[in-house]
Amino acid sequence: MSKKRVVSTTINGNVTEFLCEPRQTLLEALRNVLNLTGTKEGCSNGNCGSCTVLLNGRPVTSCLVLAVEADGAELRTIEGVACGSHLDPVQKCFLEGAALQCGICTPGFIMQTEALLAQNPNPTESDVRFHLAGNLCRCTGYDKIVRSVLTAAEQKRAAAK
Amino acid sequence: MSKSETRKYKVIGTRPVRHDGVDKVTGRAQYGADIRPTGLIYGVILRSPHAHAKIKSIDTTAAEAVPGVRAVVIGKDFPDQVGRIVELGEGAVNMRHLSANVMAHDKALYKGHAVAAVAADSVHIAEEAAKLIKIDYEPLPPVMDVLGAMRDEHVLNKDVFTTEMGTANPDSKASNVAAKFLFTKGDVNAGFKKADIIIEREFRTATVHQGYIEPHNATALWNADGKVTVWMSTQGSFTARNQTAELCKIPVSDVKVVPMEIGGGFGGKISVYLPPVAALLSKKSGKPVQILMDRAACFEATGPTPGSYMKVKVGATRDGKIVAADAWIAFEAGAFPGSPIAPGCMCVFSCYDIPDARVEGYDVCVNKPRTNAYRAPGSTQVAFAMETVIDELCEKLGVDGAEFRLKNGAKEGTRRVDGPVYNRIGMMETVEAIKNSEHYRSKLTGPNRGRGIATGFWFNAGLKSAVVASVNADGTVMLVEGSTDIGGSRTGIAMQLAETLGITAEAVKPQVADTDSVGYTDVTGGSRVTFATGIAAVNAAKEIQKGMVARAAALWEVDASTVKYEDGGIVGPAGKKFSFAELAAKIHEAGGAIIGHGTCSDIEQGGAFGTHCVDVEVDPDTGKVQILRYTVAQDAGTAIHPSYVEGQMQGGAVQGIGWALNEEYWYDDKGAMRNASFLDYRIPTCYDVPMIETIIVEVPDPAHPYGVRGVGEVPICPPPAAIANAIHAATGVRMRELPMSPHKVCAAILQK
Repeated sequence: MSKKRVVSTTINGNVTEFLCEPRQTLLEALRNVLNLTGTKEGCSNGNCGSCTVLLNGRPVTSCLVLAVEADGAELRTIEGVACGSHLDPVQKCFLEGAALQCGICTPGFIMQTEALLAQNPNPTESDVRFHLAGNLCRCTGYDKIVRSVLTAAEQKRAAAK
Repeated sequence: MSKSETRKYKVIGTRPVRHDGVDKVTGRAQYGADIRPTGLIYGVILRSPHAHAKIKSIDTTAAEAVPGVRAVVIGKDFPDQVGRIVELGEGAVNMRHLSANVMAHDKALYKGHAVAAVAADSVHIAEEAAKLIKIDYEPLPPVMDVLGAMRDEHVLNKDVFTTEMGTANPDSKASNVAAKFLFTKGDVNAGFKKADIIIEREFRTATVHQGYIEPHNATALWNADGKVTVWMSTQGSFTARNQTAELCKIPVSDVKVVPMEIGGGFGGKISVYLPPVAALLSKKSGKPVQILMDRAACFEATGPTPGSYMKVKVGATRDGKIVAADAWIAFEAGAFPGSPIAPGCMCVFSCYDIPDARVEGYDVCVNKPRTNAYRAPGSTQVAFAMETVIDELCEKLGVDGAEFRLKNGAKEGTRRVDGPVYNRIGMMETVEAIKNSEHYRSKLTGPNRGRGIATGFWFNAGLKSAVVASVNADGTVMLVEGSTDIGGSRTGIAMQLAETLGITAEAVKPQVADTDSVGYTDVTGGSRVTFATGIAAVNAAKEIQKGMVARAAALWEVDASTVKYEDGGIVGPAGKKFSFAELAAKIHEAGGAIIGHGTCSDIEQGGAFGTHCVDVEVDPDTGKVQILRYTVAQDAGTAIHPSYVEGQMQGGAVQGIGWALNEEYWYDDKGAMRNASFLDYRIPTCYDVPMIETIIVEVPDPAHPYGVRGVGEVPICPPPAAIANAIHAATGVRMRELPMSPHKVCAAILQK
């Protein structure tokens, strides 16, 4: 085991320093060092998208990022999506649209949707399907997820007016 | 058709937000991998690199010497098991085989078979130590093909003998054929003599996996008082408790299983893989041990659904009436007996009324992981075969597929080939729904495009459920249930309790309890929870009604026989009246808690049917099949929460699309799976599928107070056949092997 490193980040708006081994992934550090267990592990090789977080605003599968790479970065995880006790429109639309069944992929889908809507506030169904294709859901058949993302986009646009 | 014009119920049929929803969209919900008992250490499992090998010796000394390693276990650390059969809720299991599956004893029977486990202060130390375990294997020839395995050149298990219809023949020799089933109705040979047209075809399907996104996990603490606690993702906390107790040879009441939120199961999280290993590592180390399975092991070493070989023959008269049918089916059980061959045999002709029929089925051991339940186990394979033959019959007879099904479909009074006679069922109604749908009536235009339909069936289980409900002084009700909730069933159960009490869905607070806190409840499987746990909740609500009536009578000082529970309130003589909330506010001044208990035991469900319609476009150059439009019509009996009923129909259809077009275990000639990742074992992404249209058909099941039928499993059955039929309509080729991946479709088009 090599020496632990200090990683300085901002996570969900809070300046956060933590210690990790060089071989630890960001996913492992979030879950096991920082106890932010809302980010889920589905495959640990970047294929399922369950562990999606935003790194400097870009969606990444945190299982494919080393924790030390997050040094100096700004991170956003599922724990930082709701504003206090107010759910974000994406979370609200997933709830009301029954866009989750087991819920294990939901944090990843919500993070990926946040990234999509930040860059494209008015996506078509096809845009949504293309953007979310790296996130696997085995329960819903995607129908209600895609509809909920489109509704959330509409609500965010209305709120921005 | 889908919903009655006037609402019959107040709560049932509405779409409240699920009670566990906020936790699941904020990351607060605690799944199996999220639990962190104090002093936690981590376990890793070492797995066989060979598909079939004798284990000559295991040397763990180097691993045990690694600093930070706390315990190592191998197969001989597990208590000896006799070959006792234990019922696990959705299928029986031989305990000796289950034990040898959890950890190989003297033989590795598939690549990925667990052979040793290490627990250490970190998962990385455990992984490094596991690499130092020396195992001397003697590789044996792998037996990978179901028909080849039946020749018995290499017998996998020396304690497996062929049983006939579940009865062992004492004279038989050890064999890879673990069971033979034969079901007959009428005289099949006489039946075929009446046929003007007979179609007989062979089919093969590949091994496929449930593909739940959350890998298996277990965290176990073997405490100093001998009590074992297991936190895990499971479809059945009580069956997990039984299996863990049996495998560790400790009393069942010494094991507490705490069911964490579960990230998908589809049948694959019924059998245990990790809990006994974590428990033994905890016993040795004195610390709680967490084991998280990796994705490759989920594919290689849990229970997929069997690959199959099937032959189906159907005869019909010129005017389109089926007169006889015959099927020969062999399923790959995997390393140990127990494929869903019996339900496969029972399902193959289940959608039709056939006077003379015969089904023969075989459960065959091969060097693949021991198969397990997967959404309507066995039914999808046989529906692919049967519904493709039906489509070919329709083509030859020149009749419409929906009309043919309406003419020959199963209805109330139809006897299945395996014996049972259907009660009220909705097979015909689902076909009618598709026939009358805008989708089916629309014209499909464009080159290389085609439409197909297919029907599917699943029995739906009853089994056992228990709940406890207690009234709060603020007019709400706590509902404690034993059914683990995979897809929103908490809300469906709460809604039935709410309907019975005449209160809102939000006024019920459901929670899933551990095995120390609620009565025995069978697995969340067999599409049984909304039905059976729903009945338990209705029974609990009725007991609460009685308690409320008695309490009101006492407060009013009248005879209880003059008091009634009515419309969400309590009504007494001379216009006396309490709303539920008004009386709830007084219960602590007048007698204390009001608690309702409810159970449901082995009430038989009526069975459910679905008919699907799909439009595809086939790229003639690459063989790639694109789904253009998809409609699912399904009999839900009564849809409690329509959003989650639709969700099951949509999710099942898309799983079926994956099975139809992409998914399969790719084995090399050494018996190693070469695509054990979500990159190479390709489940559908949202870019692969369109919106899935749904038509909820409601033919109430008389066995349930509100008419519920389970909806979870049926929707996976029709897709492969519907798509195969659509591919034929588009290209003229008949696909008889799953998956219908581009290279196979392309080859079939070129051979045309």
